[in-house]
Amino acid sequence: MSRSQAWRRSLESFVLPFGAILAGLVLFGVFCALVGTNPFGVYASIWKSAFGSASTFQNTLIRAAPLMLSALCTALPARLGLVIIGNEGALVVGGVAAVSAGLAMGLAFPPFVVQIGMAIAGMVAGGIWIGAAGWLRHYRAVNETISSLLLNYVAIALLNHLVGGPMRDPSSLNKPSTYPLAEINMLTSIPGTRVHWGLVYGLVACVIAYFLMQRTTFGFAARTAGGNIRAAKIAGLPVGKLTVVICFLAGSCAGLAGMVEVAAVQGAANESLNVGYGYGGILVAFAARHNPLAAVFMSLLVGGILASGGILQRAHGLPDSTVLIFQGLVFLVVLFSDSLYGRFDFFKEKPVVVAPPSPPPSPGQEPVVLG
Amino acid sequence: MTPATAIQPTIQLERPPDLQVNGMSKHFGSLVALDTVSLHLKPGTFHALLGENGAGKSTLVKCIMGFYAPTTGDILIDGNPVKIDNPRAAQKFGIGMVYQHFTSVPAMTVAENLVLSRYDNKNLINWKQELEDLRAFMATSPFQVPLDATIAQLAAGQKQKLEILKQLYLHSRILILDEPTSVLTPTEADEVLGLLRQQVTDGKLSVLMISHKFREVMAFTDEITVLRKGKFAGSGLVKDLTVPAMAEMMMGEKKEPTPVNKTAHLNPVPVLDVKDIYANKDNGVEAVSGISFMVNSGEIVGIAGISGNGQRELVEVLAGQREPTTGEVWVNGEHYAATREEMYRHKVFALPEEPLRNACVPHMSVAENMALRTFDRPPQAKGFMLLLNAIRSTAVGLIQQFSVKTPSPETPVGNLSGGNVQRAVLARELSADHIKLLIAANPCFGLDFNAVDFIHTEIVEARNRGVAVLLVSEDLDELLKLSDRIFVISEGKLVYESAIATADFGAIGRSMAGH
Repeated sequence: MSRSQAWRRSLESFVLPFGAILAGLVLFGVFCALVGTNPFGVYASIWKSAFGSASTFQNTLIRAAPLMLSALCTALPARLGLVIIGNEGALVVGGVAAVSAGLAMGLAFPPFVVQIGMAIAGMVAGGIWIGAAGWLRHYRAVNETISSLLLNYVAIALLNHLVGGPMRDPSSLNKPSTYPLAEINMLTSIPGTRVHWGLVYGLVACVIAYFLMQRTTFGFAARTAGGNIRAAKIAGLPVGKLTVVICFLAGSCAGLAGMVEVAAVQGAANESLNVGYGYGGILVAFAARHNPLAAVFMSLLVGGILASGGILQRAHGLPDSTVLIFQGLVFLVVLFSDSLYGRFDFFKEKPVVVAPPSPPPSPGQEPVVLG
Repeated sequence: MTPATAIQPTIQLERPPDLQVNGMSKHFGSLVALDTVSLHLKPGTFHALLGENGAGKSTLVKCIMGFYAPTTGDILIDGNPVKIDNPRAAQKFGIGMVYQHFTSVPAMTVAENLVLSRYDNKNLINWKQELEDLRAFMATSPFQVPLDATIAQLAAGQKQKLEILKQLYLHSRILILDEPTSVLTPTEADEVLGLLRQQVTDGKLSVLMISHKFREVMAFTDEITVLRKGKFAGSGLVKDLTVPAMAEMMMGEKKEPTPVNKTAHLNPVPVLDVKDIYANKDNGVEAVSGISFMVNSGEIVGIAGISGNGQRELVEVLAGQREPTTGEVWVNGEHYAATREEMYRHKVFALPEEPLRNACVPHMSVAENMALRTFDRPPQAKGFMLLLNAIRSTAVGLIQQFSVKTPSPETPVGNLSGGNVQRAVLARELSADHIKLLIAANPCFGLDFNAVDFIHTEIVEARNRGVAVLLVSEDLDELLKLSDRIFVISEGKLVYESAIATADFGAIGRSMAGH
C-alpha cells in the first residue's frame, strides 16, 4: 500500500546525522574564530588533508580502518539494546594478544599463518573482554556501559604493566614497548597504495556484521531481544546466550582493530595503541545509527578529521589536539540529534486515511495514525 | 495564574458545580476524534460516558481537563464560560480526574503521594502537621488506605482507592473517572462505586465515569451520555433505559454476543501439568506459593483472581519470561523449561496481556513480528539465512486472514492501534497448525466488543480443535463464558476449583476476596 512512504524514514536517518555533523562543523568554526584563526581556512585545510588528493585520502583510509572495526564494538551490542563503550579496552587487549601471538610464533611459521594467528589472538582477547561485560550484564545485572568503561582502564593498565615489565624490550627507552614483530610478519600495503590490508578487514567486517544482523536468523533473534526482551523470552529465544555471543563478536572486532594497529602500523604494542580509535569508534557507531554499512562512511569522515591534525598544527598554529575538540563537538551534536528523530513532520509517513467503513465488519476500526 | 480564570479559585466548594460542555470538537490533523459533542453534568449526579473503543470518550474528558485544546466548543461552569488550559486550571474549578492507569510514585508512601499531589510550591514540608491533617482527612474519608504503606505494597484495588482519595484530598467536587474498575474485582468495584454513589447521593460530589460495563452503569449511575465514532449518539436517564437500548446507542445496531459453541471431547489427555510452582516478583517477594494444576486437551481452564495475587508471575513462568524458584512444568508428559526448541516441539503458544509490551518488538515491522515464532525454520529460513520474501508473504496472508489494519507489512508494529497489535499477535499465535497448548492472559483487556467477540470465538474454536487452553483473566464474565473448569487464585495459591456447570458465583467471589 504505502511502501513508497518508507523513503521518508530513510531520508530522516540520512539527513539528521549529516545535519548534526554540519552543525558540529559550524560550532568548531566558532571555536576557531574565538582562538583567532579563520574558520574557513581551517575548513579548507581539513578538507584538503582529509580528502583533497589521492595521497592525503590514503592517510584518511589508514585511520578509517581501525575505526570501522572499533565502531562495530558499539554498533553490534546496540542492536541488542546494550550501550558498550569498551572499544578502547578491547582494542588494547586485542593488540597485546596479537603481539604476544606474533612474537611467540616468530619465524617458525610462514608469515601468512602468523598473521592469521595474530588476528585470531586479537579477536579472542577482545571478544573475551567485551563478552565478560555482556556476561556480567545478563547474569549479574551489572550495567554494561559502566563495566565496559571500567574495563578500558583495566586494559590500559594491563598494557602499561606488560610493556613496562614482563614484555618490555630493553632497547625501547623513551616509549616502553614490547619487542617488535618480525618485519616479515607485518601486514603489507594494498599494492599501489600506502594503505595496509587492515582496511579490507574493516570493510569485510562491516559487511559481514550488516549481513549477520539483517539477513540471518541469529541477527533476527538478536534484534528481537534488543527490541523487547519480554517478547524474546515469550518466543523462547536464549537471551543470555545472545547477549554473550554478540558482545564476544563486538569485542573481537575491536580486538582485530588492535591487531591491525600493531601488525600494520606500530609493529609492537605500546601506549600508541590507545590513541583514541576506541573512543572514535563510539562516535562512528552513534553517528551511523549503529548501522554497520553506514559505519564505513562515518569512519572515512572521522578518519579524515583525525588525519587533519597535523596540518592544523603546521598551517594554522593550532595544537594538533584541536581535532579532538572537533571530534568531541561532533559527538555531542550527533548525540543530541538522536533526540530529534520523529520531530519533523516532513519525515513522517503521512497518516493513512482509512475510509470509514459503514457497518464495522471487524474490530480495530480506529484509523491507523503513523507517527 | 491564567488570566482566563473567570471565577476566583475556590479552595473548598461545598457543593459540586454544574458542568456543561457545548459543541465540543477536537481534530487531530485530518482525523476528527470528537465532533460537536455536548454533555451536561448536573450537580450531585452520577453520570456515565459510554462508547466503544475509539468513540472519543477519552478525548472528550481530556478536553474538559485541559490536556487537549478543543478545536471548537465551550465549557460552562455554573453557567459561566471558562477556559481550561491545563489540568491545574481544572483543579481550580474543582474538577479532578482519576486515570485508568495509576499515577502514584511506587517507591513513596501513601502520605507522601497525597502531599505530592497538591500543586503547591512550598519548599519545606511540615510533616508533623501534614500527617495530622492527613489522619484527620482519612477519618472522614469514605475509604481507608494505610498512610505509611508504600504504593508498591498496595493491591490494585487499594491503588485505585488512593487515586480517588487524592482527588477528594484536593477537594475536587467533580470527579472524572476513566474506566476506574478495569483493574478491580467485581466486589472491589462495587465497594468503590458504592462509596462514590453514597457521596453523590449526599450531594458532595458529581461523578462522570467512562465505562464499558453495563452492570455498573445500571447499578450506580443516574444518567448516561453515549458517544459513537466521535459523535453524540444519545443520552438519557438510566431509569428510563434498558441494557439493550444502551447497547444499541453504543453500537448503532443490535448485537448479541456470539454464543459459544463448545463441542464435547471424549478422550481428553493431560497436556499442561504444573507441579508445585513457586515464583518471586521482580522485587524478590514471593508471588506464587505452590501452585499445581492440570489442563487437558480440548479444555479451557480459567483462573480468576484479583490482579496482584500471583497470576501475572504464574503466566510469566509458563510463558518462559520468569524462572520459577522451585517446582516444575510438564507438557505432554515431558519436563518443560520454555526453551524455543520445547515450545516448537510441544506447540505451545501464548497470548499475553499488553501484547505490545509482552509479545511484540515495537520498532520491528509487522511482518517481522509475525515471524517471531517461525523465522528460524523453513520456509522462512534456509540454514541460518532469513528468507525475507517468505516472511513477507506469510505476513501478507496473516494480515488478510486476521484483518489486521496496517499500511504495509513493513510498518513498525508500534505504529498500529492497540486492537490491531492484538490482532497481529493473535495471527501469529493462533495461525500455526496443531497448536497443543495456548496460554492466554487477559487477552481482551481494553478492547471493544467486536474485538472481544472475535478473540473469544478464536479461543473457543481452538479448544474445539483439541487445544488445551489456560485462560487467566480478571474479567469474571469472560471466564464464566469460556471456561470448562475454573480456579480462583488468591495470594499466590489456588483456593477454589470447580467445573463450570457447578461453579458457585458467590463462592468464587468470596475466594477471590480471600475468604
